[in-house]
Amino acid sequence: MAEWIEACGADEIDEEDVVRFDHEGRTFAIYRSPDDEYFATDGLCTHEQVHLADGLVMDEIIECPKHNGRFNYKTGEAKGAPVCVNLKTYPTRVEAGRVLIQIG
Amino acid sequence: MTKRDYDLMGESGRRAVETGLAAAEWYHTDIPRKQMKELMQRTDGPALRDTAIWLGVLALSAAGGIWFWGTWWCVPFFFVYGTLYGSSGDSRWHEAGHGTAFRTRWMNDVVYQIGSFMIMRNPVTWRWSHARHHTDTVIVGRDPEIAVMRPPDLLRVVLNFVGILDVWHYMIDLSRNSAGILSDAEKSFIPEQERYKVVRVARIHLAIYAATVALALWMGSWLPLMIIGLPRMYGAWHGILTGLLQHGGLADNVTDHRLNSRTVLMNPISRFIYWNMNYHVEHHMFPMVPYHALPRLHALIKHDLPAPNPSMWHGYREMVPAFLRQLRNEDYFLKRELPPTAKPYRDEFHDLTIQAAE
Repeated sequence: MAEWIEACGADEIDEEDVVRFDHEGRTFAIYRSPDDEYFATDGLCTHEQVHLADGLVMDEIIECPKHNGRFNYKTGEAKGAPVCVNLKTYPTRVEAGRVLIQIG
Repeated sequence: MTKRDYDLMGESGRRAVETGLAAAEWYHTDIPRKQMKELMQRTDGPALRDTAIWLGVLALSAAGGIWFWGTWWCVPFFFVYGTLYGSSGDSRWHEAGHGTAFRTRWMNDVVYQIGSFMIMRNPVTWRWSHARHHTDTVIVGRDPEIAVMRPPDLLRVVLNFVGILDVWHYMIDLSRNSAGILSDAEKSFIPEQERYKVVRVARIHLAIYAATVALALWMGSWLPLMIIGLPRMYGAWHGILTGLLQHGGLADNVTDHRLNSRTVLMNPISRFIYWNMNYHVEHHMFPMVPYHALPRLHALIKHDLPAPNPSMWHGYREMVPAFLRQLRNEDYFLKRELPPTAKPYRDEFHDLTIQAAE
């Protein structure tokens, strides 16, 4: 059953940036895009187990800090070597200044 | 004495996986996110400027070499051309491969393809090989890019100053890949869905070299090969000179770049040719930081790093004797001393002092 989980405050993420959110043994990356929208993906790169929250957000791309693998964080699409497997994405919404993500 | 097996399918690699040394978590100096973001920021400006200078001087020196071909006056032109081709090709391959040189993706891709061709590396194979190098830096049996293995093969090192063995091995790999064959080692780090690209690009490179050789035969002159192909040999010297310093003589099988990588302060010309990879500890610790921001990164974290070698000469004066000692004792390595302001190496790294001779 999918549930909405409060991840962080909306103002805890800078524009065009990402933060890490851990929940019940899982890790997620929460993004704030340049146009002030929020997105969520799995927190680890699909190439190797590296936290994407240490990476660089450019427009709609998150770049992994270890090997520079790039994903579209809005769709999860892997954008080329060394990442070949797409990133899982999660719905988000903002309520009362808090970012919620739906995980199942 | 530990016997090292550098074969990617060998015993040392298997042991590294079993012990958790492979794909391990590495030490990083703490940097506030805000500062890290500033350092990681991408911009096209510095790399556009440097690439314009690089390609411009390549074109001018090639023109001078061709103009004066047949006289001794061509020598200085080919010296410049070869160095920018056989050595800068390496650094451009490297930095554009990381995707950090330019903000604009296609610019990185174009320079990566040019650099790969110049330095005679299959751009697909080496993208994956370099990813492994960053995952398992100088982990024996895992890192496919260890330049000097133990005990050191010093003849191989010397021959590579003119690219002899590297080019020979490239030609073998090029022929094999063009025939559609990948080695077991290549398959160990290149995912299946990427392998057809290795073959495709090998055939393109082979076709260019075949056309160049055909032109040389038709002209009855070495000149076409002086422009394409041979500069990988006569211009390799600077890439080897600087590249050996990256990890040479330092620890292996550790997970702290402060122990297995070397930062060396260099003159501005070498830094241009090398695109600031003299800041090698910093690059390995934070591969997301573009080459032009590495001096700033160095200034920010030098309190936590071993003191840099103040010159290439200084680096060679410690590295060459270490190579010579490794001929007798391959467990010997140079242990990097940390300043009092640095976070200490973790306990397992302190144990290395037992292995390090004197």
